[in-house]
Amino acid sequence: MTTATKESLRTVKGRPQLFTSYAREMAIFNTRVKRNWVIAGIIAMAVIPFFLQRDMVALLTTVLIFAIGGIGLNVLTGYAGQVSLGQAFFMGVGAYTAAVLGGEAQGDVIGLGLDMVIWLPLAGLVPALVAFVLAPLAARVRGLYLAILTLGLVFIGEHIFKEAKPITGGAGVGRAPADPVFLGFDLFSNQTILGYRIDRFTVFYVACLVIFVVMAFGARNFVRSRFGRNFAAVRDRDVAAEVMGVSLLRTKSLAFTVSSFYAGISGALLSIVIGRISPETWNIFLSIDFLAVVFIGGLATISGSIMGAVFVVMLPKLVNTLTGFIPGFGGIGEGGLLNVFELQSIIFGLLIILFLILEPRGLYGLWLRLRNYFKAWPFSY
Amino acid sequence: MVELSTDVLLSAQGISLSFGGTQAIRDVSFDVRSGELFAIIGPNGAGKTSIFNCISGVYHPQQGSIDFRGENLVGQPPEDIARLGVARMFQNIELFDNLTVLDNLMLGRALHMNYSIASAFLFSRKAKRQEVANREVVERIIDFLDIESHRSFPVGMLPYGVKKRVELGRALAMDPTLLLLDEPVAGMNSEETEDMARFILDVRAEMGVTMILVEHDMGLVMDLADRVLVLDFGERIALGTPAEVQADPNVIRAYLGEELSDAGKETR
Repeated sequence: MTTATKESLRTVKGRPQLFTSYAREMAIFNTRVKRNWVIAGIIAMAVIPFFLQRDMVALLTTVLIFAIGGIGLNVLTGYAGQVSLGQAFFMGVGAYTAAVLGGEAQGDVIGLGLDMVIWLPLAGLVPALVAFVLAPLAARVRGLYLAILTLGLVFIGEHIFKEAKPITGGAGVGRAPADPVFLGFDLFSNQTILGYRIDRFTVFYVACLVIFVVMAFGARNFVRSRFGRNFAAVRDRDVAAEVMGVSLLRTKSLAFTVSSFYAGISGALLSIVIGRISPETWNIFLSIDFLAVVFIGGLATISGSIMGAVFVVMLPKLVNTLTGFIPGFGGIGEGGLLNVFELQSIIFGLLIILFLILEPRGLYGLWLRLRNYFKAWPFSY
Repeated sequence: MVELSTDVLLSAQGISLSFGGTQAIRDVSFDVRSGELFAIIGPNGAGKTSIFNCISGVYHPQQGSIDFRGENLVGQPPEDIARLGVARMFQNIELFDNLTVLDNLMLGRALHMNYSIASAFLFSRKAKRQEVANREVVERIIDFLDIESHRSFPVGMLPYGVKKRVELGRALAMDPTLLLLDEPVAGMNSEETEDMARFILDVRAEMGVTMILVEHDMGLVMDLADRVLVLDFGERIALGTPAEVQADPNVIRAYLGEELSDAGKETR
């Protein structure tokens, strides 16, 4: 029996699309090419920071963190079809949970200084719990109404964050984030390994990469499981889903909970990269950034969210660099036609509009087109 | 002819449903026996689909009870009714358009899988085993309905006739005791209708599923059904074998109107 199973798991040489068992076809990487590319990608991501400047490494860390949050929002918005503007709120809850548990106490601000082993899971679980409690409310409305409801959540959240001074430090002041000390090992300190000095930003990048890879694989598994299918069913036809035995309330609540878990982890890590967190960080614009990650990357794809995160985080940097070579675009207060930040916003908005009109499947859709083109290359069909 | 048992599988007693001032169903009662192919017919707006919606829990009738294997279905949410073994095909195709045929059918198996959220994240051995086992069931249904070539296409892209078949497949994947078919051959040509009729007979013969059929194609209903319930304006006007129903004066009146000769006499 076992040999037969193993036998059927093997690929047929030269026929990557020929599957000889359901288990093999349903595997996460059902072709060798896919698996090899993912492994190559992870290795490349692990090696890159050692060749980059500190500010670029910090930017790449932000990409990873945005990818985590983007994947979370995509589970909710892309897979379960629930448009949420509340991502920033749940990120804030995650960041403050982490800061209270893992940060230093300063004056009136609470900080327990616990290890990352404790605060990291809780930075996900606490927002997940909050989402679980709020979900029955959110599950009653859909579409635009849900977007407005979650928008309200962000404003309420921002207000609470500003007032809860012992936890957040209050408006304009803020507090220090959690310390990423993992089992006594500081993930945000310079290290020397075999006489080679590694910058603390690189160390933290590698830590984030590990968390990102685990969470991305988890999400990929989750969305191809029965839960992911239920999400899609609720998104596409809610009445039919119910008749299939899929409870709308339970399914939507689960989507909210999982999404907020990812948001919380993302928020906690982001606060460390930023260095100091103020209540204003978790505002509506952050939520919109994450919606942009999901929409530009492509709805209902995990890899799309990663591409979306790269795009959304890197674009401002790119615009910044490019405008340096074009006269007429100055920094703030330098005069000129537009300043860099205005140009960034304009390009950002234009791209979202263009993607929605021209390629609703986002960057992932572009990638599919490119792949299909070269699959048949040099023929056009 | 399939030998009919006399035990009642579903018993609707005096169900009434209204939306505001509109009475959709008025005091309708009927019994469906185990293994029976029971048809509900009536002119448009007679309340046929409303009865389906009451049985599957989408609507909650204000009065009456629907007894299914000892459980009253009235007031229960759709997912609980699905769990009791009631599956349904919709009048206007309600498939999950962005999902493949396979995934649509796998959703029919939603109640047959119970691995945990943690299992799903890790795609543990248990999750894998359940997925593969249910995939095998789904593949048998795909084979049965002859839709192998459409297996991995998103349903939204498929032609109408195939979509209807996929919907039947999704309902069958639930492994139901009672199957509600809401106009399974609406909008189909005669060839497709014949195919669907064949599938319905096969489902009954091979899987022993009890079925309630709502259909406007009278030829199909009279050929397939064991008994027919006729509704008009939400009221039951006849119930019996196809032959009995066809001869019923009330049914003729509902479908064809009052006899002209009577009206003629008045004026003469």
